[in-house]
Amino acid sequence: MSILVYTENWEGKFKKSTYELLSYGNEIAKMMNTPLIALTIGNVDDNELKSLGNYGAEKVLKISDPKLDVFTSKSYTKAIYEAAKAVDAKVVIFSNNVSGKAISPRLTVKLDAALAAGVMHLPTSTDPFLVRKRVYSGKGFADYELNADIKILTLNTNSFEVIENHKDTVIEAFSVQIADSDLSAKPLSVEKTSGKLLITEAEILVSGGRGLKGPENWGMIEEMAEILGAGTCCSRPVADLEWRPHQEHVGQTGKVVAPNLYIAIGISGAIQHLAGVNGSKVMVAINTDPEAPFFEAADYGIVGDAFKVVPALNEAFRKFKQGS
Amino acid sequence: MKVLLCIGHVPDTTSKIKFTNNDTEFDKNNIQFIIGPYEELALTRLLELKEKIGDLNITAINVGPAETEPTLRKALAVGADDAIRVDAEPMDAFFVAKQIAEVYKQGDYDFVVTGKESIDYNGAQVGEMLAEILEFPSISGTSFIDIEGGKAKLEREIDGGKEILEVDFPFVSTAGKGFAIEPRIPSMRGIMMARKKPLNVVAATEAAAKTKVTRFYLPEPKSACKYVDAENVEELVRLLHEEAKII
Ligand SMILES: Cc1cc2nc3c(=O)[nH]c(=O)nc-3n(C[C@H](O)[C@H](O)[C@H](O)COP(=O)(O)OP(=O)(O)OC[C@H]3O[C@@H](n4cnc5c(N)ncnc54)[C@H](O)[C@@H]3O)c2cc1C
Repeated sequence: MSILVYTENWEGKFKKSTYELLSYGNEIAKMMNTPLIALTIGNVDDNELKSLGNYGAEKVLKISDPKLDVFTSKSYTKAIYEAAKAVDAKVVIFSNNVSGKAISPRLTVKLDAALAAGVMHLPTSTDPFLVRKRVYSGKGFADYELNADIKILTLNTNSFEVIENHKDTVIEAFSVQIADSDLSAKPLSVEKTSGKLLITEAEILVSGGRGLKGPENWGMIEEMAEILGAGTCCSRPVADLEWRPHQEHVGQTGKVVAPNLYIAIGISGAIQHLAGVNGSKVMVAINTDPEAPFFEAADYGIVGDAFKVVPALNEAFRKFKQGS
Repeated sequence: MKVLLCIGHVPDTTSKIKFTNNDTEFDKNNIQFIIGPYEELALTRLLELKEKIGDLNITAINVGPAETEPTLRKALAVGADDAIRVDAEPMDAFFVAKQIAEVYKQGDYDFVVTGKESIDYNGAQVGEMLAEILEFPSISGTSFIDIEGGKAKLEREIDGGKEILEVDFPFVSTAGKGFAIEPRIPSMRGIMMARKKPLNVVAATEAAAKTKVTRFYLPEPKSACKYVDAENVEELVRLLHEEAKII
């Protein structure tokens, strides 16, 4: 028996979200009194793999197969399926990101498992297996009972604390059989949008809305992001008007984000916008309109003109950063 | 060619959510149901493809009780050619995927499109599960699709960029942002024609749900917003540091 965590790597490196995932898995391993095993696919050097032991992994399974150099949901599902079988995994955990969302439902079918996607907390009980997740785009929560021998969970980024827990981890090569028929979706090319901070992983986000009047006014938004080490994002009309790139659109039909701090500038706070950001720990709204619905959701608010407030706030943030 | 388009019947995005029956059920009273926003985009793009390649039959499918039929009729009014309702309570994503797989096997479809995520249970599962049941490749969060020379070309969002892929039929694609730009709305003529288009009701196949909601909760009420004077923004910095402790 074991708990298996799929630790994705980005060009051979892990991220903070990887360690969140392991920390989460390790707490479940303790609840179920069973070892925690990490699984990687691709070329990661041993030093980086050893770092997984700092967060509770007793063993790291390493799959390196040139057939898996390109991602397809089918081939990755197959590889993880074989590993899960080999270590008799009772719980398999993914990050609720692009690849986790693509693999976990397929693996659920293949393992005859039960899936809860987008969890943010530890299960409240492991027998029966009960775990809470957000539903109705954050307008509610639900306790899910998972009724299968194997459970699969995808954990939202930035929802669980990193907890150190040192183990002398063993690295073990694991080989899988991938058929050509598992690779039938052929990637032709990849376009990277520079080395910018991924908004789904940023701890602080500075977000701008239509109240900012035009793309030429984003300088002060980017400046605030730079001072705070934050990412930038925007409301839907801003992306639709092509003032900002589409990857920055958050909300019901854009990305769902849950940073520690979300600063909304010139955003009215429509219900569809809030659906994508209401998981944030602290929200600040800056808006000229005291009646803007965002103030009902925000923890802190400034009623004022962004063109005056933001430059002043940037000054204050800068002073604070220099002083701290 | 034939495409099966899975349509979600979900509460309107502006709905206020309530639960009933000791918080074990969603309260459908006074709720307006709509086609899921991603499925609306999917239908729009499929209609554009139909106009481009000529030969494309779009079948809209929903797994649900009779009350979901107006949503399927709306899909017909927007332009789907025919519709299928699998007569069952959609118990969980796996159950729904099983039903759709069964319908797929009965027809002579070439590919399947679903929305990338339902806005009620936020599961993002049905499309991928269906692909695994049928052993098809799956492309999730597709932001563009085109059909040319017997192959499909798709784009999907990945962490920090996008990927362009080519895939042979059959496959499952889950539609995300960008699949189409503005969703089409039904015309008067579309609404008239929809009444005459076939909406077939089929019985469910045996399948066991593996997940169950035991209780719903509303979010904790938020404490009131603390206002900071626009002339005194240093106070916000202090609060974020000393009170919220996040900077
Ligand atoms: C099905 C559906 C899905 C949707 N999905 C999304 C989604 O995913 N994400 C999303 O964001 N929206 C979404 N929307 C749109 C949403 O309903 C709103 O229209 C949108 O969020 C409004 O964007 P905004 O706040 O930037 O603009 P506006 O509503 O125009 O608000 C601008 C705000 O800026 C303020 N303002 C003006 N000037 C200043 C100034 N100088 N300083 C400070 N404040 C100023 C105004 O008081 C106002 O509150 C969706 C809508 C539908 C129907």
